[in-house]
Amino acid sequence: MAEYSALRVLTQGITGNRGWRPAWRKAEPKPRYDAIIVGGGGHGLATAFYLAKNHKLTNIAVVERGWIGQGNVGRNQTIVRSNYLLPENHRFYEWSLKLWEGLSQELNYNVMFSQRGVLNLAHSPEQLDRFAERGNALRLAGIDAELVSREGVSRLCPGLDISPGARFPVIGGLLQKRGGTARHDAVAWGYARAADRLGVDIIENTPVTGFIKEAGKVVGVETPHGQIKAAKVGVSVAGMTSDVMRLAGVDNLPIESHLLQAFVTEPVKPLIHTVVAYGCGNMYVTQSDKGGLVFGGGLDLYNSYAQRGNLPAVHEMTEQLLALFPNVSRLKLLRSWGGIMDMSMDGSPIIDKGPLPGLYLDCGWCYGGFKATPAAGWCFAHTIANDEPHPLNAAYRLDRFKDGRTIDEAGVGPTPRLH
Amino acid sequence: MLIPCPVCGLRDVGEFTYWGDAGVKRPSHREKEAGPWVPYVYERKNLRGKHEEIWQHEHGCRQFLIATRNTETHEVLDAKLAGPFGGDE
Ligand SMILES: Cc1cc2nc3c(=O)[nH]c(=O)nc-3n(C[C@H](O)[C@H](O)[C@H](O)COP(=O)(O)OP(=O)(O)OC[C@H]3O[C@@H](n4cnc5c(N)ncnc54)[C@H](O)[C@@H]3O)c2cc1C
Ligand SMILES: [Zn+2]
Repeated sequence: MAEYSALRVLTQGITGNRGWRPAWRKAEPKPRYDAIIVGGGGHGLATAFYLAKNHKLTNIAVVERGWIGQGNVGRNQTIVRSNYLLPENHRFYEWSLKLWEGLSQELNYNVMFSQRGVLNLAHSPEQLDRFAERGNALRLAGIDAELVSREGVSRLCPGLDISPGARFPVIGGLLQKRGGTARHDAVAWGYARAADRLGVDIIENTPVTGFIKEAGKVVGVETPHGQIKAAKVGVSVAGMTSDVMRLAGVDNLPIESHLLQAFVTEPVKPLIHTVVAYGCGNMYVTQSDKGGLVFGGGLDLYNSYAQRGNLPAVHEMTEQLLALFPNVSRLKLLRSWGGIMDMSMDGSPIIDKGPLPGLYLDCGWCYGGFKATPAAGWCFAHTIANDEPHPLNAAYRLDRFKDGRTIDEAGVGPTPRLH
Repeated sequence: MLIPCPVCGLRDVGEFTYWGDAGVKRPSHREKEAGPWVPYVYERKNLRGKHEEIWQHEHGCRQFLIATRNTETHEVLDAKLAGPFGGDE
């Protein structure tokens, strides 16, 4: 019988719930591992899981500064999609989406993946043309995409203002039906538990404060609880990438850390049934299962490590929400929060070996790294285990900036805050 | 967040546009090789704490400023005019 199942809930329920064990052990660091992953976010945990599952490496530790789920994996807006224009991106994200589709079964943990559809709105004929171009590129690659008319938008999203008098009238949209949302904490906990069950040590409350080097090669990490040695060290620390890599003597990464906020309103009855993305700004909104409208999308637009935002972004995001849904103007905001994003210079990620011997790097996720979690873990594990990239992350090289092979989905050049 | 513009005084961050790290060195415009441009265009120290950065007071005097700001607390420690008038205020 699977450890988590309806039958188990039933039998545990009538026997006093005494048979459950913690979802993961409180592991003490061993002196030496085959591989250490620095950072217990979604990516680090997924990497450890796939190292154990796909590559049979089980002498692995994930070293996390705080507790599992306190980083961006527990702060994001949970949107999952694969509708990217560029082939390097849509191949990678489509593999991620396929993994999402089987993830609850794979992990034996309900990640509440809800394929409610992702609807990008167009407000001008030019924008609709661009959506048609993107949709065609996706369909050629076998990925679902549908161009939607103004009436189609209204059918999908009855509460949305599609009147010609709207601030920026909606004329259509691009829909990816297989896209949707997932429960972010469950993704962290599910990967943590599944990795733990395969023997991975998850070491919380242990910041990495330095790297141990021998003859120029990284052979382990320093922590307040002592040294931990490892043949290979993978770094997957999202917004803290430059900070952590500086400890290894690397301070020229193509990354800026920026702050992204998100907001949730008080709960209301079902109003927004898909993920809706505004096309005249940068705002996404979804309705949570509890009924709150979760929205956000624009950065605070200056380098930040503060993990808390300023008011202009709050104003801008609420204005954009109200431009689409004037009917929610009386709702109260319950909470706002922020996370630090590893914004890369071309808006695309880096999953690579290096930049030092013994070191492996996963970063540059901008604000799309949640949907990438399964594939990033899959590819980073492959890269670490085989010392070479998986075909899906072969283009996500760190040195692509040197030879001009950037992957600039938005076409805005080396301006991290605009990606 | 408030930024002390040397021309206009203490103003709201919403009036300013951010241009990024002021510490990167631009190669000579006569530089024809790609190599020397890579650090300028793509590589950043991305400092935690004190950070010198370029802002433009776009909805004010339109001057470019070099501000020193703490990226961990958002405290703006100093702002001076960029270019020929820097240090002149
Ligand atoms: C408001 C917001 C909305 C977002 N919305 C979406 C969305 O809708 N869809 C989407 O795809 N993506 C979204 N993202 C982006 C996504 O959350 C991130 O790209 C992704 O979570 C990053 O990977 P991670 O889960 O591994 O990061 P994290 O969870 O941040 O993991 C990094 C971990 O490294 C740890 N760490 C840091 N320094 C050290 C150290 N010295 N030693 C040990 N550990 C260390 C941190 O404590 C942290 O736990 C959003 C992000 C935010 C903030
Ligand atoms: Zn001014």
